Amino acid sequence: MKKLFPLAVLATLIIAIQLITGWTDTRFYLTQLTMSAYYALLIIGLCVVMGYAGQLSLGHAGFFAIGGYVSAALTTRNLEGLKDTVLIRLFDGLGLLVAGQDIYGDSLLVVTPWAACLAAVLCAGVIAWVLGIPVLKLKGHYLAMATLGFGIIIYRIVLASEVFGEADGISDVPSFPLLPGLSVSGDFGAREENYYIAWGLLIIGLVLLRNLVDSRVGRALRSIHGSEEAAEATGVDTARFKLQVFVISAVYAAVAGVFLTHYNGGIGPSEAGVMKSVRYVAIVAVGGMAHLWGAMVMGIVLNFLSLRGVFGSYDDAVFGFILIAIMLFAPNGILSWNWRGYGAMLLRRGRRRESLREKTDGLA
Amino acid sequence: MTAELFVQYLFAGITYGAIYAIVAIGFNIIYNATGIINFAQGEFVMLGGMISITLLPIMPLWLAITTAVMLTMVFGALLEICFIRWLENPSVLRMIIITIGLSILTREAALHIWGESIRSLPYFIGDEVMTVALFGARISPQVLWVIGACGLMVIGLNIFFQTTSVGREMRACAANRRAALLCGINTRNMVTLSFMLSAGIGALAGCVMSPITSTQYDIGTGLAIKGFTVAILGGLGNAMAAVGAGLLLGILEAFSVSVLPLAFKDAIAIAILLLILFFRPHGLFGSRTAAGLKEF
Repeated sequence: MKKLFPLAVLATLIIAIQLITGWTDTRFYLTQLTMSAYYALLIIGLCVVMGYAGQLSLGHAGFFAIGGYVSAALTTRNLEGLKDTVLIRLFDGLGLLVAGQDIYGDSLLVVTPWAACLAAVLCAGVIAWVLGIPVLKLKGHYLAMATLGFGIIIYRIVLASEVFGEADGISDVPSFPLLPGLSVSGDFGAREENYYIAWGLLIIGLVLLRNLVDSRVGRALRSIHGSEEAAEATGVDTARFKLQVFVISAVYAAVAGVFLTHYNGGIGPSEAGVMKSVRYVAIVAVGGMAHLWGAMVMGIVLNFLSLRGVFGSYDDAVFGFILIAIMLFAPNGILSWNWRGYGAMLLRRGRRRESLREKTDGLA
Repeated sequence: MTAELFVQYLFAGITYGAIYAIVAIGFNIIYNATGIINFAQGEFVMLGGMISITLLPIMPLWLAITTAVMLTMVFGALLEICFIRWLENPSVLRMIIITIGLSILTREAALHIWGESIRSLPYFIGDEVMTVALFGARISPQVLWVIGACGLMVIGLNIFFQTTSVGREMRACAANRRAALLCGINTRNMVTLSFMLSAGIGALAGCVMSPITSTQYDIGTGLAIKGFTVAILGGLGNAMAAVGAGLLLGILEAFSVSVLPLAFKDAIAIAILLLILFFRPHGLFGSRTAAGLKEF
């Protein structure tokens, strides 16, 4: 019951926001809230790796891009020319392909969104697994640089390969029909339903992760964060747990990438940029590292403000500033900052000054 | 490949390699003093180039470069004093994130001050088309300036660390901070000094390379990653091995252009970085046992 209460509050809030925007005719906010929810999905995944397992990843935009780009490429690139190859015929037989027409009336053969989504997420998971085995042995600066290097390689690949649209990215990505009558798309008519899809997905993701961190795995991860050697000595298979949680967070990032790409109808190379990865790290840090709710709330708030263009041309600078300020003054995040203690300290100081004044008044 | 072409590629490689080596030495100086990898290292190079370009209209070239180096050193010292000096026992994760934040802020400030345009200093001698013949290859005199300046910096640093008392104090601080403190060395000032020193050499490298490679607000990140690759390749903390590793990476990159598409030139450095991290994290020239004693 205690666990359900915050979720109930969140659900009420989500519905309330939708109703309020409906009444006040400000439905355009829902678009940014939907996008923020997808980014928040990535951020809670990163939060478990960074906050609970204590492993810094500066390459999560790479996994997001893998998800988005693979799904976008599979659902837009025409396979008509390869129609007679064995593989394509096999896929067609399995019902993984869908035929259609492009805007010029030529026949078009692409992968169905469901199959593309699964392929994209699987791809990100496998890459995370293969990358994670050597990378997660590293610590500190080396881990940061290795994950940063991975992110840059992904950025270079999408920027240099024709299949991913080079600097233009991929546009005209079709909508993603989840269930009959319910599809992820950027149509203005489907704004409300997409808002609920995004938040539904985020809540499912949050509940799953919360169960994970409250379980045996979560305790193992926290022991790794505390001291890897000590965890190893008490019988925790540190390599396995770190790898598992890294793959899980990569899958979260890829799912967010797939959904957001179908929602926006396209993806560009900036989504794979280093600044994006740094931004995700900044948001997790603000939310308080090992604090799923904090990371989620900050993910929504900061992404929403950024998408609304509140920061203007200082967008990246704001995130850089946030990183420094949080790490200098409140390394455990603003939500876990000792507000009460700080208030009490101010109060004490005030009292002391007052009592001092009384004494001096008495002397005079 | 003809002999002339070979020499041509070789010189291109050495030019870039010398710059990577300087950035890597900057990393090493700060790492030795503090145990921190300063992710804002590449920004010093950018600042050196940008400030000297801005100052050039109002003063002669040599003075503009000297002033730019001085100002960047002051900037480096300020970074250390404002953001790093007063932290007590910060964790590695925290320091990484702070220096990344500093690098972003510096870059964004540069973007708002100088804009997105690509600028460069004029060639120190002659112009873009002037070349000198060397072993059958045609080389711009600026290449010789870069190699000469970087070489002098390496020699100068060596003399500084080996013979002067401040240099020896910095080395003592790198070897064992507590022992250095007990000997009466002000270790905090040594840290500030290390930031100034690596800002200074970065800025000078940024000035001499500017005519060849141009300077833009965002060149720092790429240079920082190459410099870090070189620092790891040579063994973190080993300043002189960074020279060999820098030249190696520069030459590898230069020759890779003849085999791979240009778009993948940066990927070479990163691939080398990942391979080195996975298989020889103590570097090509470092020893495994010594690396085992350090904390990363």
